[in-house]
Amino acid sequence: MGFADVFRTEWPRLVATLMRDVGDLAIAEDAAQDAFVEASTRWPLDGIPDRPGAWLVTTGRRKAIDQIRRMRRFEDRLPALAADPSTAESGRTASSYADVDREQALDDQLALLVGCCHPALASEAQVALTLRIVAGLSTPQIARAFLVSEETMTRRLTRAKTKIRAANIPFDPPDMDTLAERTGAVCEVISSIFTEGHASATDTALIRGDLCEEAIWLAELLSRLVPTDPEVAGLHALLLLTDARRPSRLDSHGGPILLADQDRSLWDQPMIARGLAELARAHSFHRGGAFQFQAAIAALHATAPTFEATDWPAVLRLYDVLLQRQPSALVALNRAIAIDRVHGPAAAVVALDAILVADDLTGDVDDYVYFHTARSDVLARLGRLDDADAALRRAIECSTNESERSFLRRRRQDLNEVVDLRRPR
Amino acid sequence: MKYMLLLASNPADEPAPDSESFGPYMGEWAAYSEALAEAGAMVAGEALQGADTASTVQVRDGKRIVTDGPFIESKEVIGGYYVIDVADLDEALDWAAKIPNSHFGTVEVRPVMEFDG
Repeated sequence: MGFADVFRTEWPRLVATLMRDVGDLAIAEDAAQDAFVEASTRWPLDGIPDRPGAWLVTTGRRKAIDQIRRMRRFEDRLPALAADPSTAESGRTASSYADVDREQALDDQLALLVGCCHPALASEAQVALTLRIVAGLSTPQIARAFLVSEETMTRRLTRAKTKIRAANIPFDPPDMDTLAERTGAVCEVISSIFTEGHASATDTALIRGDLCEEAIWLAELLSRLVPTDPEVAGLHALLLLTDARRPSRLDSHGGPILLADQDRSLWDQPMIARGLAELARAHSFHRGGAFQFQAAIAALHATAPTFEATDWPAVLRLYDVLLQRQPSALVALNRAIAIDRVHGPAAAVVALDAILVADDLTGDVDDYVYFHTARSDVLARLGRLDDADAALRRAIECSTNESERSFLRRRRQDLNEVVDLRRPR
Repeated sequence: MKYMLLLASNPADEPAPDSESFGPYMGEWAAYSEALAEAGAMVAGEALQGADTASTVQVRDGKRIVTDGPFIESKEVIGGYYVIDVADLDEALDWAAKIPNSHFGTVEVRPVMEFDG
């Protein structure tokens, strides 16, 4: 196991343990960081210790105590110092840490995750904190991933940590009553990290794989921590089954390739297998949920030999169920695309236009690129070429992504060549 | 740790004093305050008279400016407050959610600043 692997596994455990010890997120984070810095200079000389986790906790706790002492001296009034260093010092030693049962380590990590995703924090703060505190990304890495300046991201993280400390947001493992709700919030955060990586609205590169990988890693961690929640398994399955298609999603110019045109031989089969296993596990609880239904749809795509041979009636049935549970314009859009495959473009255009006037759907697709490209596509197949062109124009207006815009312009050219051919000379 | 719960709501949403639901509604408030006291969480709490009784004061360049009305004109007005003493934000949020007018109004939860002596 190399240093990077140790970091991956041990970082969240270390921060979680230190957080329980000192009760202050900033101190826990800094001490964990200092411990890894020390490891990075010592381990190449001394070799990786037999129990790297125990070594890191001993070192991290020493760093935390040093820091608390320093702060005591210089910042006597800091409320964080309610944490009593005498109890920290008389606490567990390295050898007793090794005996701390696995349950406690899992509880600590779950407490860390639900704390970072506490509803009293703004959602962009939840995302940033989760990537920093749980996934161990550096602030510059997170700033780059979200295309904001390092200064902005530092401020966002600092503000969140200040609120956690000032408002005393607890980092406790949730009790049974609130477990589903709290893990649901964590699922939302992981899902939005994945979405940000998968279809970036602002970047010139459409897919930022690093964020997809972080999201999958977090989903895997959460499903280890909460193995009894079908939605957690469903989310993990969904991300695996979606990300497996990543190698085929972009052309050589970085533009998107539609599902229908993707080279399926590029799909990551081992990842699909993992996704299917996770979906089966989610299904075994006999309790449906939005993530699980989306994962089931992704599974139908991932296992279809071709676009045409996809089990579209099953996809449509799943979207029907999903729409009931999650009445959003986005789900209705995807359902309309399935309607197109099952009942043809005439039925699809009715379904698409209904979304624009529906008042029982959350969200709005009027500014959504894919709504207008989908609408353009069905209109073109109905022979309504002028309407199809107008829809593509609208899609280009809505796009904030350069590689996507040039892709859409090429599509408009193709469409207009067809229009020209049909025009009487 | 002390938190202030600031209660804002649109007075038009409250049961009118001559309505049938007014009595039970007042009963909910009494029960809530009692529950806070029983839990040892109550520090202080008052209901305020209507926003039309509010006056604001500002001192600018040594001159006192008194104006009729609350400091923010909006449909939702501050109608009262509690100061509670509980372990952490989650407990404070639980108490906030039990406030009778949280079902139609808004409760702002703010940690109280502590100054060491």
